Amino acid sequence: MASRTITVGSTSGLHARPAALFVAAAAAVHPLVVTIGTADKAPVPAASILSVLALGAKYGTEVTLRAEGDGADAALDALADLVARNLDEDPDA
Amino acid sequence: MPDQLSGIGVSPGYAAGQVYQLKPAPQMPSPAPFTDPQAEADRAAGALGLVAADLSARADAARDATAAEILRAQVMMADDPVLRYAIADAVHAGADAPHAIDQALGAHRQAFAAAGGYLAERVADLDDIRDRAIATCLGQPMPGVPAPGHPFILIARDLAPADTAGLDPDEVLGFITQVGGPTSHSAIVARSLGIPAVVQCAGVLDVSDGVLVSLDGTTGQVLVDVDDETVATTVQLERQRRDKLARSTGPGRTADGHAVPLLANIGTARDLSDPAAPRAEGVGLFRTELLYLDRAEPPSLDEQIATYTGVFALAEGRRIVVRTLDSGADKPVPFLHHEPEPNSALGVRGLRLARRHPEVLSTQLEAIARAAQQTGTEVWVMAPMVATVDEATEFVSRGRAAGLSTVGVMIEIPAAALQAASILAAVDFLSIGTNDLSQYAFAADRECGELAELLDPWQPGLLALISACGTAGAAAAKPVGVCGEAAANAALAPVLVGLGVTSLSMSARAIPAVRESLAGHTHAECREMAQAAMAAPNAVAAREAVTLVRGTTEALSITHA
Repeated sequence: MASRTITVGSTSGLHARPAALFVAAAAAVHPLVVTIGTADKAPVPAASILSVLALGAKYGTEVTLRAEGDGADAALDALADLVARNLDEDPDA
Repeated sequence: MPDQLSGIGVSPGYAAGQVYQLKPAPQMPSPAPFTDPQAEADRAAGALGLVAADLSARADAARDATAAEILRAQVMMADDPVLRYAIADAVHAGADAPHAIDQALGAHRQAFAAAGGYLAERVADLDDIRDRAIATCLGQPMPGVPAPGHPFILIARDLAPADTAGLDPDEVLGFITQVGGPTSHSAIVARSLGIPAVVQCAGVLDVSDGVLVSLDGTTGQVLVDVDDETVATTVQLERQRRDKLARSTGPGRTADGHAVPLLANIGTARDLSDPAAPRAEGVGLFRTELLYLDRAEPPSLDEQIATYTGVFALAEGRRIVVRTLDSGADKPVPFLHHEPEPNSALGVRGLRLARRHPEVLSTQLEAIARAAQQTGTEVWVMAPMVATVDEATEFVSRGRAAGLSTVGVMIEIPAAALQAASILAAVDFLSIGTNDLSQYAFAADRECGELAELLDPWQPGLLALISACGTAGAAAAKPVGVCGEAAANAALAPVLVGLGVTSLSMSARAIPAVRESLAGHTHAECREMAQAAMAAPNAVAAREAVTLVRGTTEALSITHA
């Protein structure tokens, strides 16, 4: 099982636009199943917007991404990079 | 021959075009038995898929980038794989498709509502998805504001804030509602968007989508099944009306030059600096509640001074009338710990609450006085919900002690209107809040749509109370303004002036129509209209009596021209 622990870099947290971008990216690595969890909340499917929003991860919250299977490391690197960036200000995102 | 319907005109102007009905949320059906759980789960999931596709199409069509982004987020929610699993679980536990959808979204709804903040605001999105998916399952039309792809007239039983939030005034030519009153949400939104509207129009829900209808937002007349020529003429009339209003400027006055300042009702500095809003001659009602709502601790003196200074600095020599905190059990301020009341409209609210928390009022009065001093703006202050002469006297002495030179009270309680002369002996001015004055005078709850007829500002009983204030004001040579929704009613404006009202305060958007209406009549004609309206047996007759007077004077002015 591969995992990455990073802090949320978007100023509005993993909400609204940043959450939508992250979930869309997590869904795109299908059939790989990625989960996301925080220190006090159990891992949830990263491809579920409702679950990701309910995590309530704010700017600076530490989150852990996990996945298992072929290409898990590469997929997690890309997703971790997305979480760590400030997607509220990134015009390319 | 077109059919004629009639309602109450609440926002002036003309509109004509195809009507489309706001579809109500579906009623949850009784549980229905099913034999094939897989097919039932597919039916529910299929409905969610159709909702996602429909929202996606609306996102593509949305002109506004923010609106499109919100819709796309909703598409992701409707497409969320966890909903598919939750639906399958619910169906296997015995729920039919509509109930499985309700349960699947219900679990997230509860979590979002409990989380508060941003997530709690998304609850409405989840409810919208649920309503749309259930309607789809039941073969009913999608609920919500229709999107026919061209400008249309919106018809509805009534409109709630959620329905009107994303409304595009370029797409919606006008509203017609079956219920609702002059102070209903539909009426207020129509006036603030500047589009014509008719409420209390019986039978309008029977009109099918796509039928051509015309409406007159002043008289409340609605014509169903009109021809293309009528549509063209009506559209032309509305264009002329808007052009005329766009050119209208200057102070409010009657045809013979009697000045009636036209003021704005505001809640924030932004309301006063909005470049799209017509310029008012001042502020007749600055509501200060926004500073207090959602507060666990009262706002500090410095914070209040900063907020008031921000508003007063925009005055540019104009007068600003500030209303002190107006809260009650229906619009609670957390730090005041309102007790729940069986009838909050008749409970401890407005000045009554301030008298139980004197420190809150003292701080506010001091902040207003200091901000007025710092900006050099002419600031008047007034108290809400005053019932007796003693309350008025006490408020005046507290206002003066804070260093405020012009102190008045609102007239919202019939007893205060009847005591206007005695109250005016103590205060510098009166401002009549017609919405509450109607509610208390007619024992008719403002929230109760069925009683809208009693809350019509043309009710002769309400006009008599306004007249009592106007007469007392003239005798004392002190100002008597109106700051309720009635002040925004262009046809009623000359009547109010005829009753002795000296200024009118309204949503700034309404000012040009009121200005034009006043400019069409002399002060003597205003008094004649006021007498005719007060002598009428009911609101409809009062409106007709005034139309008759207006017709005569307009005919005369044409002959004399």
